[in-house]
Amino acid sequence: MDVTLMLWIDAALTLMILSFLYRDNPFYKFAEHLFVGVSAAYLMAVGFWDHLVPNLLGKLFPSLMSGVVPGAVGRSPDYYYLIPAVFGMLLLTRLIDRWAWLSRWALAFIVGGAAGFNLPRFLDSDFIIQVQSTMIPLVVLDASGNLLWGASFSHVVLVLGVICGLVYFFFSVEHKGALGHVSRAGIWVLMVTFGAAFGYTVMARISLLTGRMEALGAWLGSIF
Amino acid sequence: MRRRIPLIITFIIGVVLITGYFVTRGPFNTLYESFSDYFAIITVFAFILGGGSLLKIHLKRVSSRAADWPYSVVTLVAFLVTLVIGLFKVGNPGGMSGEILASGSWLRFMFDGVYNPLSATMFSLLAFFVASASYRAFRARTKEATILLSAALVILLGRTPVGAWMTAWMPESLAFLELPNLANWIMAWPNTAGQRAIMIGIALGVIATSLRIILGIERNYLGRGE
Repeated sequence: MDVTLMLWIDAALTLMILSFLYRDNPFYKFAEHLFVGVSAAYLMAVGFWDHLVPNLLGKLFPSLMSGVVPGAVGRSPDYYYLIPAVFGMLLLTRLIDRWAWLSRWALAFIVGGAAGFNLPRFLDSDFIIQVQSTMIPLVVLDASGNLLWGASFSHVVLVLGVICGLVYFFFSVEHKGALGHVSRAGIWVLMVTFGAAFGYTVMARISLLTGRMEALGAWLGSIF
Repeated sequence: MRRRIPLIITFIIGVVLITGYFVTRGPFNTLYESFSDYFAIITVFAFILGGGSLLKIHLKRVSSRAADWPYSVVTLVAFLVTLVIGLFKVGNPGGMSGEILASGSWLRFMFDGVYNPLSATMFSLLAFFVASASYRAFRARTKEATILLSAALVILLGRTPVGAWMTAWMPESLAFLELPNLANWIMAWPNTAGQRAIMIGIALGVIATSLRIILGIERNYLGRGE
């Protein structure tokens, strides 16, 4: 595709979106609706070719798909894959009001699958490993037995921070008295975390904005 | 039947996947592998459902001449054109057997020329809204807002050259107060503590919710009525 044409389309779409900073306007709405249509179709097309064709159609109709799925040549059909095909079709009945209830079966597969996958995975990586990683010595000594103040302070901050944060999330007891103070400290720890996330988000967005300004600069450079 | 069968499906899939995670041989493992494949395939159908739903909503808006219906035409045209290009690999140098996003293909052009600038600009707009939100949070003058913004400021400055330049004059004994070092310390310790508390909280929530779903106690995903 012509580079100049690309630059013009890129710049026009960028300016249309940035025009929202002034106020909502037809140019922004046009770009917004264009984005919705293109992104939905793009994800559908990529999902079709990257997942459905090799993992479903290639297994059910290997001879038919031999031109597009490498390794499908000479393979016999695997009819067990009719199960996800049927469930997938059932999911699409959601679009027909009369048969929409059938989509619950496919939804049940997705929800049951997500629950079945997530339960052991979260138990392992987000619970046991995180608790294990918090079990660290509060007093850190060097090889000759001297107290390392900085490292010890950091370890205390980590352990107490996790405990305070967890107390804040513990809603079975009213946060009053000593528990209230611990819970309040938990909020401060969480605020530091949110602040760090906020800082990173701002940096990421500004870097995107810089990229857009560079694109506009390239467009202006192509004109003058 | 309309509610009981989905509950049975959820129970069977959930129990098989949990058992298959711990029992790494025999039929449970085979079922675990198969269900993993099936799960990935069925979730792709959700993209198709999303596309179908988008078509349905916007066609309805156009046919009923609802407010701003011409923009729905834009969505429909953009959707259908991109879909045809993507599904039939229109303009793909390798034809039907070529890579979906092959260099020089029309879908690649849609991605680089339309999708990428639109999504990048859309998200970059948030830089302005984030700045306005932080200003409003600063005006709130609460202790929590001050902690949040101080941490954000230290991270922002500490991760850029200007932060190092601002505190480069500090003596060696106070090097830990230099902004890059302070930012690293915040990220490594208090930030990790907060993240860990959140992760443990989420993990407990996910485990409890998953159990409720598998056992049929949580049924909201089935919707109301028969």
